[in-house]
Amino acid sequence: MLLNQFLLLAAALFCIGVYGVLVRKNGMLVLMSVELILNAVNINLVAFGALTDDVGGEVFALFTIAVAAAEVGIGLAIVLLMYRNRRSIDLSEADLMKG
Amino acid sequence: MSALLAASDFVRPPIDWHAAAPELTLLAFGALLTMMDIGWLERGRKASSVLASLALLATMVPIITLAADGNDRTMFGGAFVVDNYSLIMKAMFVLAGYVVVLLSTNYIAEGDYWENEYYGLLLSSILGMVLMASARDLITIFVALELLSIPAYMLATWRKRDLKSNEAGMKYYLMGVFASAVMLYGMSLLYGSSGSTLLADINVALSAAGDPSSVVVLGIIFVTVGFAFKVSAFPFHTWAPDTYEGAPTPVTAFLSVASKAAGFVALMNIVFVGLLGRDDVVEPLMWVLAAASMTVGNLIALRQTNIVRMLAYSGVAQAGYMLAPLAVYGDVPETALGAVVTYLVIYAAMNLGAFAVIMAVARKTRSAEISDYRGLFHYAPGLTVAMTIFLFSLAGIPPLGGWFAKFRVVEALIDANNASGVVLGIFVAVNSVIALYYYARIGLAMWGEEAPDGDLSKVDVPVSLVAAIGITAIVTIAFGLGLVVGDFTDVSLVAASGG
Repeated sequence: MLLNQFLLLAAALFCIGVYGVLVRKNGMLVLMSVELILNAVNINLVAFGALTDDVGGEVFALFTIAVAAAEVGIGLAIVLLMYRNRRSIDLSEADLMKG
Repeated sequence: MSALLAASDFVRPPIDWHAAAPELTLLAFGALLTMMDIGWLERGRKASSVLASLALLATMVPIITLAADGNDRTMFGGAFVVDNYSLIMKAMFVLAGYVVVLLSTNYIAEGDYWENEYYGLLLSSILGMVLMASARDLITIFVALELLSIPAYMLATWRKRDLKSNEAGMKYYLMGVFASAVMLYGMSLLYGSSGSTLLADINVALSAAGDPSSVVVLGIIFVTVGFAFKVSAFPFHTWAPDTYEGAPTPVTAFLSVASKAAGFVALMNIVFVGLLGRDDVVEPLMWVLAAASMTVGNLIALRQTNIVRMLAYSGVAQAGYMLAPLAVYGDVPETALGAVVTYLVIYAAMNLGAFAVIMAVARKTRSAEISDYRGLFHYAPGLTVAMTIFLFSLAGIPPLGGWFAKFRVVEALIDANNASGVVLGIFVAVNSVIALYYYARIGLAMWGEEAPDGDLSKVDVPVSLVAAIGITAIVTIAFGLGLVVGDFTDVSLVAASGG
């Protein structure tokens, strides 16, 4: 069983995703970085599930995929709304409120 | 994959319809509300808020019959549990939701903001919270968390053409999604190190080992960080002030009370059931979060000029008080759980009340600046008295509810009988004094100063807001006088295992 390789891949994806969320200023790219983290989670879940021969991991991964799709739908709507109102999806420009 | 094949001869697990009745009632009414909009179009709009409040009152019926029945019920191999604790939290979510509907009625109708969709989303968010109270399984917790969060993202962005509301929703969404992704990564590690998604089984697997492995520690940290965002604990609170200021005020009230409480409920389910044997990892984490949240939240709240932002930072501090008992949960689990539950219920009442008064005052002043509260007593004495009750309760002055809540927290910390508990207790005491300064400053402005421009015209307060203020004020005072204690002193979590 090649569990370690799967976990390392997932950890790498997770780190890239977290870096993207923290550093990127473009709304779309932040959304894509979050997706990277979620895919890292799915790899982890399926790898652990296969290792222990437990169906729970696969089921969890399916739920994650479905819910993430719903979440991204809302995210795209909010980004689109922002674009309509200010013609930009640069997050660093969204600074009407501070403190 | 063999496990998947073996699952093909699937038999439906037995379903206890009575135990699931609160969720099913809420779901049915939510569907009815949506269909009413499809069928009646504009004619149905006016009835939306009435139907939403009926839905919440109807949901209270099965909660009360389950409480009267008194038996603990478990379903789906222990993934769904109805016990004393979950019923108290369900009742709190439903009643808090009812007060939020009362707050929303005039605001949403007068602003002409898509009424039907608003209440539909509000009900689905409350459904997620009600489900969360019973969730004892990682998958159930995750689904409940998303069910309550996703509608909340939309509600925060509700004023579509307002740039501030856009920004509020955007920040809340990005922070929320990032937090739940990090939390999921932690959950996958916990699942990997225990081989089960059931919290009770995770507890058995994690407690058995001697020193925790680094995977377990990492998993616990990530899960805690995920929920720290949800309850807006320092240093994961940055979204809260901006989102609270930009979102429509009833939604702010909903987020600051119900959404925060749901985060705490999830955290308690995981900590008290799944990680009961790993207090060596969880306690220091909670200690740092609690001490940092209350100190930083209070210090920043001191220099706020907008009352909503001030309440946001005071909410960060309050989250710190609520996290404090979790820092000693390994020594005194029952007392710590009772303290958090009591605090959550009382906090819901006093914070919703404060927001109700803010909304009433904003109907005249059209602002939430603290300077506009000067001389409130001269033209709205009733609102002034109510606001004073809520603010002093938040500060923890006897004989109001907030005092009793803080008393329970400190009691749990002292009961633990160790140095870390006592030090945290001192943190709570010192912070309560700091907090009193900024709450009392508003009190002073309302009672002692003259109204700006000598404008003494009355505030027009609609009936629904009066009802909301009345309900929350009665609850706040009743807790302080010790009229409702009963069940809150002996809550316990049923750690059901499917074996």
